[in-house]
Amino acid sequence: MWYYEKKLQYPVKVSTCNPTLAKFLIEQYGGADGELAAALRYLNQRYTIPDRVIGLLTDIGTEEFAHLEMIATMVYKLTKDATAEQMKAAGLGGHYANHDKALFYHNAAGSPWTATYIQAKGDPIADLYEDIAAEEKARATYQWIINMSDDPDLNDGLKFLREREVVHSQRFREAVEILKEEQGKKKFF
Amino acid sequence: MSSNMKYWHPYISPFDPCPPVRVKRYNTPPNLYMGFQPYGLEQFSPREALHRGTLWPALFSPYESPVEANMKKGMRE
Amino acid sequence: MSHKQLPPEFYQLMEDLQAVDFVLVELTLYLDTHPNDMDAIKQFNEFAKKRKRLKKQIEQIYGPLQQFGNSYVGYPWNWDDTPWPWQI
Repeated sequence: MWYYEKKLQYPVKVSTCNPTLAKFLIEQYGGADGELAAALRYLNQRYTIPDRVIGLLTDIGTEEFAHLEMIATMVYKLTKDATAEQMKAAGLGGHYANHDKALFYHNAAGSPWTATYIQAKGDPIADLYEDIAAEEKARATYQWIINMSDDPDLNDGLKFLREREVVHSQRFREAVEILKEEQGKKKFF
Repeated sequence: MSSNMKYWHPYISPFDPCPPVRVKRYNTPPNLYMGFQPYGLEQFSPREALHRGTLWPALFSPYESPVEANMKKGMRE
Repeated sequence: MSHKQLPPEFYQLMEDLQAVDFVLVELTLYLDTHPNDMDAIKQFNEFAKKRKRLKKQIEQIYGPLQQFGNSYVGYPWNWDDTPWPWQI
């Protein structure tokens, strides 16, 4: 089972009310390479991956939910007291008509989240390469969002999330090395 | 240590409608080079690790948007 | 439900906990692929002890951090007191 902790993984700060940035950020909430897709991808692959890698998928999958909460916090703060006019001017008129300020699992262009965003091939190498690619794509998405943002406090949190993608990719690469290793061979470290 | 960014010069046509960007870049973070992480790598303090997003300087990949890079340049000038 | 305002030392303590917990997250993922690194395991257990101390200090100001019995609760039920993490 899972335990919720009443604490963010990172002290998220936002300096200005800016619904336009929220519109871009939602990509990492309900997009193909977003945090929800990441959490569900890894936690779902656990059941068929070799035992040696289950712990890693469990822990990275769990951390992704902490990142999902950080993105939600950013979107919440960027839109909390914005007026309907401001939402409309930010290109969020369509969102506002359907959801008011509620968050929704869709990408920056408004397409709803779908299970086709995640893969589970059952082949450990195919799945781990998928995971490495997912981390690199998420890293790139954070870069493109940072490129469009002029909010230094928001960028601070986004840079933290971007760096986590780098570390996760490193661990998935190590998992491939572990599964590649000839069986019965003595380890070099 | 490996460089975190690589730069390249795209082909420029005289008929390109936007003003040409002569140098483009892409990110090559340290996970591409590290292989299996060795034991006992140097660590950041806990506070610094939190703010950088990793415990190990060898895995830290700095990133700056073009806007931020220009602001820094402007401050120096 | 009370709208309590948090004292400045709360933010300091919370960031201390976030830093200690972050070391634990990093070591967890590292140990998942390096299960025989004795120094990392010792460091993990030291930080696990530190987080226990910090958790207790923060809960005295903020109320329970975890649910389902992983934290003690006060009267009246203070688990759902504001602010929640995204509101802070």
